[in-house]
Amino acid sequence: MKPSRLSECGNWVLDRFPVTKFWNEHMAHYYAPKNFNFWYFFGSLALLVLVNQIITGILLTMNYKPDAKLAFDSIEYIMRDVPWGWLVRYMHSTGASAFFIVIYLHMFRGIMYGSFKHPRELIWIFGMLLFVALMAEAFMGYLLPWGQMSYWGAQVIISLFSAIPVIGDDLSLWIRGDYVIADATLNRFFAFHVIAVPLVLVMLVFMHIVALHEVGSNNPDGIEIKESKDPWGHPVDGIPFHPYYTVKDIVGVAVFLLFFATVIFYMPEMGGYFLEHANFIPADPMKTPEHIAPVWYFTPFYSILRAIPDKFAGVIAMGSSIVVLFLLPWLDRCPVKSIRYRGGIFKKALFLFVASFLALGYLGTQPVTPVATTLARLFTTIYFGFFLLMPIYTRWEKTKPVPKSLTKVLSLEEKLHTLEEQLPGLIEEITEKKPVSTEIGDPAFKGAFFSRRPNPEGMINVIRRAAKKAIGSLD
Amino acid sequence: MNNKGVDMSKRQFLTTALTVVGAVGTGYLAVPFLAQMQPSVKAMAAGAPVEVDISKMEAGQLIRVAWRGKPVWILNRTPEVLATLKTLDNELRDPLSNESEQPSYSKNPVRSIKPEIFVAVGLCTHLGCSPTFRPEIAPNDLGEKWKGGFFCPCHGSWFDLAGRVYRGVPAPTNLVIPPYRYVTDTQLIIGESTEEKNS
Repeated sequence: MKPSRLSECGNWVLDRFPVTKFWNEHMAHYYAPKNFNFWYFFGSLALLVLVNQIITGILLTMNYKPDAKLAFDSIEYIMRDVPWGWLVRYMHSTGASAFFIVIYLHMFRGIMYGSFKHPRELIWIFGMLLFVALMAEAFMGYLLPWGQMSYWGAQVIISLFSAIPVIGDDLSLWIRGDYVIADATLNRFFAFHVIAVPLVLVMLVFMHIVALHEVGSNNPDGIEIKESKDPWGHPVDGIPFHPYYTVKDIVGVAVFLLFFATVIFYMPEMGGYFLEHANFIPADPMKTPEHIAPVWYFTPFYSILRAIPDKFAGVIAMGSSIVVLFLLPWLDRCPVKSIRYRGGIFKKALFLFVASFLALGYLGTQPVTPVATTLARLFTTIYFGFFLLMPIYTRWEKTKPVPKSLTKVLSLEEKLHTLEEQLPGLIEEITEKKPVSTEIGDPAFKGAFFSRRPNPEGMINVIRRAAKKAIGSLD
Repeated sequence: MNNKGVDMSKRQFLTTALTVVGAVGTGYLAVPFLAQMQPSVKAMAAGAPVEVDISKMEAGQLIRVAWRGKPVWILNRTPEVLATLKTLDNELRDPLSNESEQPSYSKNPVRSIKPEIFVAVGLCTHLGCSPTFRPEIAPNDLGEKWKGGFFCPCHGSWFDLAGRVYRGVPAPTNLVIPPYRYVTDTQLIIGESTEEKNS
């Protein structure tokens, strides 16, 4: 049969540009471990949010004016007069917070399953650079609406640089381009936010993925799937990324969009956490708002800054709290990757770290009081303790034997089946037989369910057993 | 053409020479690129002095004026306030302003030319927020020790009504006093010093 015109055109392109090769290398023939769970959604979701930010960002620049006199009004113009402008802007502002939620969960996954360890150190480093670039992007974007929070937030953060000895004052002057936060600052932040940092972000995402596909993905069991291959050279425990994980990720995307849309349509300000109330007042260089706090995703680091009573030491502590994350692959001495086979001490340390990170985040949104400062100091100590004591407590960790190949993942059907088997026993335990009363004449009430009543003793037993199991899983 | 193979040392020399020349060129280009982010001539020229009429100020009143884009406070202090200032030295980090920024004529315990009229840049020396004016004594939120002063809402720094910083707060030095002079008894110029006029 003679090839059709269309496929001839296709071949003409393929002879000159390796689309198929690229597709196979990164999608159809890229083998990923077959036991990815819930935690593996957040990488692809981060990519989705990045695309959302770029598209809505481009649309916003069409009406936004990076000028200190016009910026605030142009945002209101977008919100009120531009067709669907409110939607585009809320997608962008909610997307910023969603980006950090997704990235924090993605990073937690990496720490939990040891995805930063040999041979994936460089993936972690690229990821951390992405995180820093993302923070710069978010910070500079927050100045653009030119509200009170934009102005004073930027004033505080740029003043951090002036704490550096000798060059500090000249450096902060150079960043601002004026003696105070002014039109020059707004204009250059716009340039960085719209061109420079997004280019860096996209480049780093590319490097992050190339590095990942070179060594292959980690998995919840922390086993290298490339070590056992079938006769065709494919990992026994691997499945092609496309169609298996593309389809799986679509489910994640659908669920994510459900939450995303709920926030955009029903609570775009998220009670002042996603868009702060004081930012609806135009920037006033004469007056600081009564209570200033950064947006929620910066508050853990902001708490660390406030916890230290010295200006320069505070800046150093805040910087180190991010730098220390870069060193994670070399701080963790345990050869076992996944938390499933690691010792109890790591599980407890990780739990404490997450708790102190969340607590610092909460404290950063609150005004300074002596009690809050003491607490912030305690949690700062735990935060740094998790990293700096890691070389010690991970070296003598009592790990469990790591299986040779992936453990079986129960399907939903199997899980339902076990549940079905356990359910009658559970009901038996949490309820007790009611003495049969003959007063209810209706035979419909004589069903099995109604002849029993709740048994508090049994319930306490069940809760106690569940709690014991939960605590036991920490060892 | 030379068929004797590659002269490695010559190749090494050329590579090094090209790298050095390239680095020098990049360095030269980096200067204008980085320097163009410095404040422009217009921004540097915008620091014109500001005239303030203080004839209508009541005792205890604070007014704010903008100078070089920064808030400048002018406070008319009452005799009671001036009396309180003398009692605070033990609680302050730098009561004599030895480590703080001010013109020489404001380097005195009350940090001003005329004791009652206090002029200062209203930005906290910690991270640049503008502190709030809290003249009342011992309000509920600030506690018994508060003798009236400026409170920074951002990171909780305390200053007295001469802009002097308390001990144990994040701000390292006293509030900055800008150069200023009296044209007449009730007319101030902020941004110009007495000495400059004389010289």
